[in-house]
Parts: sequence; C-alpha cells; structure tokens
Amino acid sequence: MALLQTSSSNILESKNLNIYYGNFRAVRDVNLSIERNKVTAIIGPSGCGKSTLLRAFNRMNELVPDTHIEGNVIFEGQDLYDKSIDPVEVRYRIGMVFQKPNPFPKSIYENVAWAARIHGYKGNMDALVEFSLRQAALWDEVKDKLKQSGLSLSGGQQQRLCIARTIAVRPEVILMDEPASALDPIATLKIEELMQELKKNYTIVIVTHNMQQAARASDYTAMMMLSKEGERSGTVIEYDETNTIFTRPKNKQTEDYVTGRFG
Amino acid sequence: MKQSPLESKFCENLPARYRTGGIWRSVFIISTLTGIFFLSILLLKIVNDSFGYIAVEYGIAPESLAVDGVPIWELPKEDLVLLLQKNVTPGRFKTLVKELPMEERNRDDILAIIVREVVEPKVAQTWTLAESIFNKQEIVATVQENYPDAELDFKAWLSWDFITSPQSSDPLYAGIRTAILGSLWLMGVAIIFALPIGTGAAIYLEEFAGKGWLNDLIRTNINNLAGVPSIIYGILGLAVFVRAMEPITSGAAFGYGLTSATLNGRTILSGGLTLGLLILPIIIINAQEALRAVPNSLREASYGVGATKWQTVWSHVLPNAIPGIMTGSILAFSRAFGETAPLVVIGASTYIVYDPTSVFSKFTALPIQIYQWTSRPQDEFRNLAAAAILVLLALLLTMNAVAIIIRNRYSRRY
Repeated sequence: MALLQTSSSNILESKNLNIYYGNFRAVRDVNLSIERNKVTAIIGPSGCGKSTLLRAFNRMNELVPDTHIEGNVIFEGQDLYDKSIDPVEVRYRIGMVFQKPNPFPKSIYENVAWAARIHGYKGNMDALVEFSLRQAALWDEVKDKLKQSGLSLSGGQQQRLCIARTIAVRPEVILMDEPASALDPIATLKIEELMQELKKNYTIVIVTHNMQQAARASDYTAMMMLSKEGERSGTVIEYDETNTIFTRPKNKQTEDYVTGRFG
Repeated sequence: MKQSPLESKFCENLPARYRTGGIWRSVFIISTLTGIFFLSILLLKIVNDSFGYIAVEYGIAPESLAVDGVPIWELPKEDLVLLLQKNVTPGRFKTLVKELPMEERNRDDILAIIVREVVEPKVAQTWTLAESIFNKQEIVATVQENYPDAELDFKAWLSWDFITSPQSSDPLYAGIRTAILGSLWLMGVAIIFALPIGTGAAIYLEEFAGKGWLNDLIRTNINNLAGVPSIIYGILGLAVFVRAMEPITSGAAFGYGLTSATLNGRTILSGGLTLGLLILPIIIINAQEALRAVPNSLREASYGVGATKWQTVWSHVLPNAIPGIMTGSILAFSRAFGETAPLVVIGASTYIVYDPTSVFSKFTALPIQIYQWTSRPQDEFRNLAAAAILVLLALLLTMNAVAIIIRNRYSRRY
C-alpha cells in the first residue's frame, strides 16, 4: 500500500511496518501517516493487531520479550527505531493512555507531578498540576482532595487522571488504547469531549472497538483486518477521513464492518 | 423433591451432589481438628513441664539462721552482711568483696548470696503441673516419707527471673538472658546480611534479568537451595566463616580480643552470617513473588510517561512490593530464630554466663540452650527447657504477629 498522506502536516508515519512476536508476524506492511493536531482512530475486530500497532508507535511493544519490528516509524522526520534513539525519550514525547485506568497508588497530586519531576521539571509544580488537571477536565472534581489516593476516584475520573498524568510531561502525541472501554456511557462521553479539546494542542491516536466512538470523535480512521488466508496477520486495509470511511468506504470488508454486517 | 416444579433429570442427582460435598467437608474438618489436637498436645506438654511442685532440700535450714527470732527474709542489710561473713569461708568472703564491695551491694543481692551459698537449696524432686493440681495429697505424702527435711514449693519455672537471669549450672538460678540476647544479636546480623542481598537479588532476577537459560538455571538453583537441610548450611558456615574467614569473624582483623587465648571464629558474626545464608533463598523467593504480584499495568503506566527502568522499579514496583517482601522476610527470620543444627555445627557455646557485647562475642542461642538442657539427665533441666520453649514460642508468635500487622497495614489495592 502506498503512503496515503504525505505532507509536512504529518507528525508520525509508519513505513512498511511489520511487527513480530517471536516468529509470528502480528502486523503486516502498515503504511500510515498520522496528521498533526487531529484525532486518528484505529478500528477493527478483536485480535487484528490494533493495540500492537499502537504500542509500536512509542516502543511500548519492546516491554514484551521477543518482540521485534521490520520497517520504520518516522516521528518528526526521525526514525524512532534507530539505534541512536532512546526508547525512554520516545515514550516521553509520545505518551500513552491505557485501556484499564492505571493511576499510580499515590495521591492525585503525585500522580500528575511524578512524571514531570523525574524529567527534571523545575518550574512551579502546583501550577503544572492544576494546568494538567484542568486540561483533563478533572480539576473541579478533585481540587479539594489532591492529597487523596488516585485510586479513590471513580473509573472515569481515574482515566482522566491518567490523561492528566500524560499531559503533564507535554508530549506531542497521545496514544490511547481503548481508553473508554472500561467506562460507562457518561464517562465515555466526557473522554470523547476531552479528546476534541486536547487535539488543539496534541495529536491523538486512539484504538477503539466502538465504531460510534470512532465516528463521533475522530478525524481520520484506519480500518485494520486480519488477512483471510495464509498467515493470520493484521494490516490496515483502508485509511481515510472518518466521514469517508463511514459513508463511502472503498473496501467491501470495511463497509461490512462499519455497517455491522461483519461477523 | 418429587413434588418440586423444578423436577427434571438434571436435578435427580442433587442429593448425591450434596452428599459428596458433605463428605469432603467432614474430611476437611477432621484434618483441621487433627492439626489442632496435636498442636494442643504439644502446648499442654510444655506448659505441664513449666510449672509444678518441687521438693527443696537445704544444706542449712533457713530457720536456723534466724537472728534473735527474726527470720533471714526480714533481716536488715547490716545483719545479713554479718551473717554472710560468719557462714562462708574468709577466702570466699574476700572474693565476694573483691567482685563488688558490700557497701555497694543492695540487701536483696546479699540475701540471694546467703540463700545460694549458705542455705544451699537443692531440688530433690519435681512434679508436673497436672500432678501438682490433681495429686497434691500424694505429693505431700511422698515428700514427708522420702524427704523429711525438704520443703514443698510451687515453682513457676517460667518467670521474670528466669528470663532475666544468665545461664547457671544450678537449675534453681539458671536463666536464659544470655540465650535471648544471643538470639537477638544473631537475628540482627542475619537481617543486615540477608535482607538487602536477598531483596537486591530478587529485584535483579524479576525486573532486570532477561529470559536466558542462565537465568532459568539460577532461578531453579535458588529454589533448590531453599530446600537444602539446614545442617548443610552449618557445615558451609563452619568451613567458610569459622575457618576460612577466621581473622575477620573472630574480630582479630579489627583488633578485637587480641589478648584472648580462646580467640576463634565461633562468634555471633559467624552464626548470624550462617543463618543469613540459610534464609537467603527463602527471602529471594518471597521477594520475587512479591515483585511479581505488582501488576504490569503499573509498570506500563510508569514507562508510558517516559520513566526509565530504574525509576519504575524504585518509585512504583518496590514500594508496592514492600509489604510482601517484609511479610516473607519476617517469616524467614522466624524460621532462622528456631534453627538449631547449623549453630551446633559451627560450634555455638552451650554455657555462657556473660552477655554478648559485640558481633565478635561468643554466644549461645535459645534453641541451643533448649537442646543443651533437654540432653541433661536431671529432671529440673527438662523443666527449664520447657520454660525456654515457651519463651521461644512467644517470641516467634510476636514476630509472626508483626508480619501480619505489616501486611494488613500496608497492603494496597490496585
């Protein structure tokens, strides 16, 4: 597949990206260009490699033993997998929010402040914490209980705390791995509104099972699917503006999937 | 059941299923009760030996020492000093004054010396607690018949005096202070040695080591080491700490005890290091379990904001694993506390009347003391051993309780 988007507005790009678990190729030949300050959704059935692809964007996949990639991931013109690149710096500039809310078992304040502190942030910590919590639309709910444990919050609040924690280190890209799948519809809506707010300052890539969510919240959508025959590896079969994917998909499989006809 | 509207072929075996469950339930109750039964027997036996009547015979009847009809128990200090001077040899009195002048001794101390050296009580026979309670008449009759001069006393072998007195060859005055202090010193050395090394090794193996065959080999070996008989560790300790490292473990290298003719490596340091070595694999395994119990989502959260491996381990993994590490370690230390065999092999002293003062002191420990007393032929020492076992059990119970409190207080939910 040729590169679908090639302009300087692209912040993140994968080129012929293959991801392996041991000898098993989980993701095959992905060419994807993520546009700056947009929300890009990755949709597709379970087990097609959405999360694997997402985790390759900030080298989180390396935490799983025996993983390796072929191809390139280009971030701001640099190859993220180049030998000279430190994965710690990659994860600092490309933050991640996980499926299950996972705040640190520390106070709400510490949850936000910790990452900034380890990166040597010397400015006003109180201001940074307030700024990050405000950006994550959580400040009003927690401003009176910053010393309480992050685990005392509800699931939706915990997830927004995790977003605030990610924002606190000022990443350029935020990767979200099904951030609302463990939340109720109201909390989900809040996260989606938040994404619209956040894309002014950040680039967001979100993996979701929920097609309505992709349709509502994203600007671009990448459709992933397992190959029908041969090795069972996932790849991006269609990538376009969200509107196009959901109204005039070019690929028959995409059409079946987004219209709910797919098994 | 027959009239039940739910009746169907699926429900026909329901009574049988309940019956099977009931049978298993009884089996589990029986095993629990069996365990409780044997533990109770053990405890009863020990308590039975720790208290009871004793027949005491005196070298000189204390009544005959009374001055002007006042019994020695009520005499003032000055009279007691005179009494002591009159009844011991001049040489012995001089020795006592040399140890500590009479003016500096208090009244109770002088009275104790008179009782020990002049009155000279000797235990003629002992009875258990059960005998003392149920057969008192018989005991009184026996004493009157066999020991007409003896006095019948109810003796609590386990008493504050017993805990605070040093070792003695006279069962009436023997205590376990030196043994308790020796055990505590040993534990101190073992903790300082084994806790950091064990936790460090566990952190390396769990968080940093890769998945190679070498690490699998190391892990398997550590698991095996935890099952090696403790006497093997004693032999290792004897060869390495007592013999090979003698200049260090005896303290000679640091200028300790250079004048002592009996300078050797059989010190608290050797004993503590041996016990530390013994529990090191247990601590490593427990700490590994505790680290493994920290959910991966927490590590991912930390890496996700750009933390390094060390920052992740230090700030998130370790704090959340500490309750588990502490609980496991305290349980390991309570095992070391009761260990006898390795200390026997490295040559712990059995008769020590002086408190240990440094890691280079010779030592005895509670289990050694108990072992030594139980191997003596006289009945009285069996009673002493029983009382010492009660103290050991109480200390173990305390350590385990501390472990549980730590676990409950610091255990976190994720």
